[in-house]
Amino acid sequence: MMRGSTLVRAALIGTALALALLPARAAEPIRIGELNSYKAQPAFLEPYRKGMELAVNQINAAGGIAGRPLELITRDDGGNPGDAVRVAEELVTREKVDALTGTFLSHVGLAVAGYAAKRQVFFLAAEPLTDKITWSDGNRYTFRLRASTYMQVAMLMPEAAAAKRKRWAIVYPNYEYGQSAAATFKKLLSAAQPDVEFVAEQATPLGKLDAGPVVQAIADAKPDAVFNVLFGPDLAKFVREANTRAALEGVFVVSLLSGEPEYLDPLKAEAPVGWVVTGYPWYDIVLPAHKAFLDAYQGAYGEPPRLGSVVGYATIRSLAAGFTKASAAGGIDAERMIAAFKGLEVTGPFGPFIYRASDHQATMGAFVGTTAVKHGMGVMTGARYVDGASVLPSDAEVKALRPAAD
Amino acid sequence: MSVLAVEALSKSYGGVQALDGVSFSVSAGELLALIGPNGAGKSTCFNIVNGQIRADSGRVRLNGRDVTGASPRRMALEGVGRSFQVAQVFGSMTVRENVQTALLAARHRLLGFLRPAATLLRAEAEALLEQTRMAARADEPAAALAYGDVKRLELAMALATAPRLLLMDEPTAGMGVEERLALMALVRDLARTNGLAVLFTEHSMDVVFGHADRVIVLARGRLIADGTPQQVRADPKVADIYLGRRGGAE
Amino acid sequence: MSFEAFAADWPLVPALAFQAINGFASASTLFLVAAGLSIIFGVTRIVNMAHGSFYMLGLYVAVTLAPLVPGPLGYWGAVLAAALVMGLLGALVEITVLRRIYRAPELYQLLATFALLLVINDAALYFWGPEDILGPRAPGLTGSVALLGRRLPEYDILLALIGPIVLTVLHIVLTRTRFGRLIRAATQDREMVAVLGINEALLFTAVFALGAAIAGFGGALQMAREPANLLIDLGVLGDAFVVVVVGGMGSIRGAYLAAVLVAQVKALCTALGIIEIAGISFNMSKLTLVAEFLVMAVVLILRPHGLFGRPIPPAHHRGSVEAPLRPLTTTGKFSFIVIILGLAALPFLGAAFSYAPVLALDVLIAALFAASLHFLMGPGGLASFGHAASFGLGAYGTAFAATSLGLDTITAFAFGIAVAALGAALLGSVAVRLEGVYFAMLTLAFAQIVWSVVYQWEDVTGGSNGLFGLWPDPPFDSRTGLYLAALAVTVAGVMLLRYLAFSPFGYGLRAARDSAMRAEASGIPVARLRWLAFIVAGTLGGAAGGLFAFAKGSISPEAISVGRSIDGLVMVLLGGVQSLAGPLLGAGTLTVLQDTVMRETDYWRALLGGLILLVVFAFPGGIAGGLALLARRGAGR
Repeated sequence: MMRGSTLVRAALIGTALALALLPARAAEPIRIGELNSYKAQPAFLEPYRKGMELAVNQINAAGGIAGRPLELITRDDGGNPGDAVRVAEELVTREKVDALTGTFLSHVGLAVAGYAAKRQVFFLAAEPLTDKITWSDGNRYTFRLRASTYMQVAMLMPEAAAAKRKRWAIVYPNYEYGQSAAATFKKLLSAAQPDVEFVAEQATPLGKLDAGPVVQAIADAKPDAVFNVLFGPDLAKFVREANTRAALEGVFVVSLLSGEPEYLDPLKAEAPVGWVVTGYPWYDIVLPAHKAFLDAYQGAYGEPPRLGSVVGYATIRSLAAGFTKASAAGGIDAERMIAAFKGLEVTGPFGPFIYRASDHQATMGAFVGTTAVKHGMGVMTGARYVDGASVLPSDAEVKALRPAAD
Repeated sequence: MSVLAVEALSKSYGGVQALDGVSFSVSAGELLALIGPNGAGKSTCFNIVNGQIRADSGRVRLNGRDVTGASPRRMALEGVGRSFQVAQVFGSMTVRENVQTALLAARHRLLGFLRPAATLLRAEAEALLEQTRMAARADEPAAALAYGDVKRLELAMALATAPRLLLMDEPTAGMGVEERLALMALVRDLARTNGLAVLFTEHSMDVVFGHADRVIVLARGRLIADGTPQQVRADPKVADIYLGRRGGAE
Repeated sequence: MSFEAFAADWPLVPALAFQAINGFASASTLFLVAAGLSIIFGVTRIVNMAHGSFYMLGLYVAVTLAPLVPGPLGYWGAVLAAALVMGLLGALVEITVLRRIYRAPELYQLLATFALLLVINDAALYFWGPEDILGPRAPGLTGSVALLGRRLPEYDILLALIGPIVLTVLHIVLTRTRFGRLIRAATQDREMVAVLGINEALLFTAVFALGAAIAGFGGALQMAREPANLLIDLGVLGDAFVVVVVGGMGSIRGAYLAAVLVAQVKALCTALGIIEIAGISFNMSKLTLVAEFLVMAVVLILRPHGLFGRPIPPAHHRGSVEAPLRPLTTTGKFSFIVIILGLAALPFLGAAFSYAPVLALDVLIAALFAASLHFLMGPGGLASFGHAASFGLGAYGTAFAATSLGLDTITAFAFGIAVAALGAALLGSVAVRLEGVYFAMLTLAFAQIVWSVVYQWEDVTGGSNGLFGLWPDPPFDSRTGLYLAALAVTVAGVMLLRYLAFSPFGYGLRAARDSAMRAEASGIPVARLRWLAFIVAGTLGGAAGGLFAFAKGSISPEAISVGRSIDGLVMVLLGGVQSLAGPLLGAGTLTVLQDTVMRETDYWRALLGGLILLVVFAFPGGIAGGLALLARRGAGR
């Protein structure tokens, strides 16, 4: 008797909720549906949310877009593709959002991108780094803001090649991001420096690095340079163990993302010194666009921004620019948004960048610098801004990388 | 020919000889009681016969066939019914379903998927419940039965395999005097009418001497007496062991 | 020959020897988190999902307290304080939560501790914030000593020693004190405790406190090695299970040996790095992803009760035996049809209800998944902790067939189901030889091994990102088409399971669950029936996975993760394991709850955990049990 009633109950609850939450649409705002792994990645995404809010408030205070205010609807995507697709469906079917954005984890971003293509919804992937989202699995409805894994690795290449080290060891978290970063690094470095030798490769379980053995195995291979892709708690464990064992003395280290405050700050005075990293030295950027952003952010939240703040802010700025351009062309439907985003010019905290028409990738870059410790905190010194456009393959090359998209 | 023939069973655990060259047999229609002080080897002997333990040496024959070392499941299919010291039934099923399940297993029909089991072998199950005087409880959950009824249900399930031999481990443990005698009278009737051989262990001497046709006595792993209840009762070795409390590993 | 010359000739020998020494430090860490779990399980039979949370909180408490007082006093004081605080928290949890539900059916305590895991994680987020917190290093032990031409951290030496020291202390406590003897007695025979006239409640509280304190101690010791972060609790839980099971549930020295074994295997994989066999190079370090589960599978296959384990005496049903299953009455059948028609009408209710079929689709998939797991757990009496394996095999089989093989939707779906069935037949043939918690852990190990293969087999499975673009062909490509197809599959699956439960096969299965001894003695082929049940459950779990792949248009390894297996368990237990309607109720409730609370608050995990606790307290038999109780009461008045 009871066995079917669960489904009805579920459906009833679902529909009741649907009715209760059905939005009143008085001011006809432009609705942005944002979903992200807030629960799974709070360290990055709390500042990200603040960055988004800041941008929305600024835009609305300035009169919105073509007279319509922006409305941001954020959701937790549960940190997995299954829930994320349902949440995206909810944003589209119930909240009737005009565009989707967000996602942090690559597999979630890819799943939502696939959903966007299937349901013909515009999707701006904010953070996922995987190359696949714009290349091998790229589709016409999906654009991506953040500099990809490939771009981040390529940004480090001048320093890596200039060091002229022969024996490289690589350590990376054992999933697609780490694997593709390691593969790209090997490919690009071998091209720049044909006599290079890779003497050790440690693929460690994400979040569960057994630091002692891994550091020792790397030291045993006697490398003169290391390429590191570890981040978060794994990075902290790795650095501490390497210090204790004096395993990286005299070894040149190139490290992906380690200059981001999200990963550098928790290390405090134990932050590595002399590593060449990509990151975000907010304390050391002289760009006027960044100055304005920094002041506004600190004024609003009383704390310095993280890289997440920049990504959140630039995401909303991108969408606003897209909406403005599409409105001018007659409407903000998905097709007009795609047309608007191709070659769209946006000014973010790192200055102006564009969304390339060829692979839907934004050219917003990142900073490359050398780590040091100042006042008991890890910092990046001598940072230079690398424009994303300078490390991306040409439009012609990209065409071959994007078989799935038209 | 005897239904069960046990020949020179031996079993030791570590250095302790639990069973040492024990031989006996049970005939159709006969109730044989296996007794002895704690630690005399009763359980070991019993569990070798029912297939739960392997003997070091010796043979177990069923109707002349060598079944030494067969699994409990094969013993069941060879025609050995069992009851446990703490009665084992299928608590989440009704009394009738318990017996139906045992019948389906005995007929190798458990892998049938086509018809609901409730309709299968229903009359036969009810006949067995009739025999064990459980028919009135057929629709009750087995878990809700009084202990005496559980024992009788167990008996009905043991009979479902149409056994030639019934093994009962302390069949009346945990029962009141009246219930005890009633159950053993029932077993005795069933043995007589079905030509069933019954081997049981028992602590309660009124059951042993009141119902067994024959009694065998184990002490320290050896068989020290085999005869009618009167003969065994009169045996000085038996009295010595029970009264002198020298038995087993105590 | 001098050491230097030897090391030059055989560079791998000192490297491996040194890594082995490293391994002992890791082993101590594993042992400390596992020892408490083992003791708790041994005495209370509770599979404590919140054990990793005690470890994590121990670390948080330590990194918070240590900086308050400078020097060694601050560091070691913080470690001891963390252990103490966790002991108190453990006692509190036992008294306020677990004590209420000891009489619930087996595994309901698991549900409660899972809820605690959720609550504690959010509490940590609330108190300490999202950022990792790196604690101080141990004063005086920040250096390293030279050994085998390498540098071994002093703190690692200390850790390597602490494991055996704790082992010895526990051994002495267990063998020389009255408390210890009680623990051992209770581990071997639960009934004995009652017979001896011991205050069972007090013993359980003490044991829980002890276990939690050891976990907290272990977590606090990590202060010098890793930052406190919110991912630790689930991270160490898997390791702890493995170590406890490999060592043998309830055996402390077994746990230590298992910890050493797991740590050494991992250290060896790391040390070997890239090896070449027959011209094919393979990076052994990638095996560290799954090494512990490989060890567990091998050990359980060779020694079904772990290294030092004994068969666990059945926990003598503390809860009620489930009532006999009854076929549906005419009214029941009628309601069932009405409900199905109502569900089928859902997509046609108009725009105001546009989200309802979206959510209902997820509910349907969850319901089929939970119902298939329930067939194994309920009638089969076998709690699988790795049911995600069948879900994932079905999903990946379907996805692979639809994308790489280019098969049409229906054939791809059939292909996925076949893959799941085959996988279940294979894994089941080994798993059904085990019972109880060992069965649960072997299935968990299998699922993790399948997961790691999928996670790393980039060419076929798409690696950690998975496979994309597998939307179904018309007419299933519309929301309505897919929903109705999923409804048909789920209804057919649920009806099949129900039908089987009433078939002779179902009778035999339930009989074997109620009393394996009686079943064997009645000639029931227990192992074969269980194997078939495993295949049935795997096949339908695979069907749920196939639906999932099409519903989401993509599939990632998350579909095979421990999280999904736990979701399945939670749905079955929440709904009620003792009723065929239970898993459906549980799946509906959990899915809708999750969807709702995820929108309502940032602290949705804690809210979900709290709601699960409420259900467990109000209805110890799950929702279905609670409803049945209410119905009986209503009828009785």
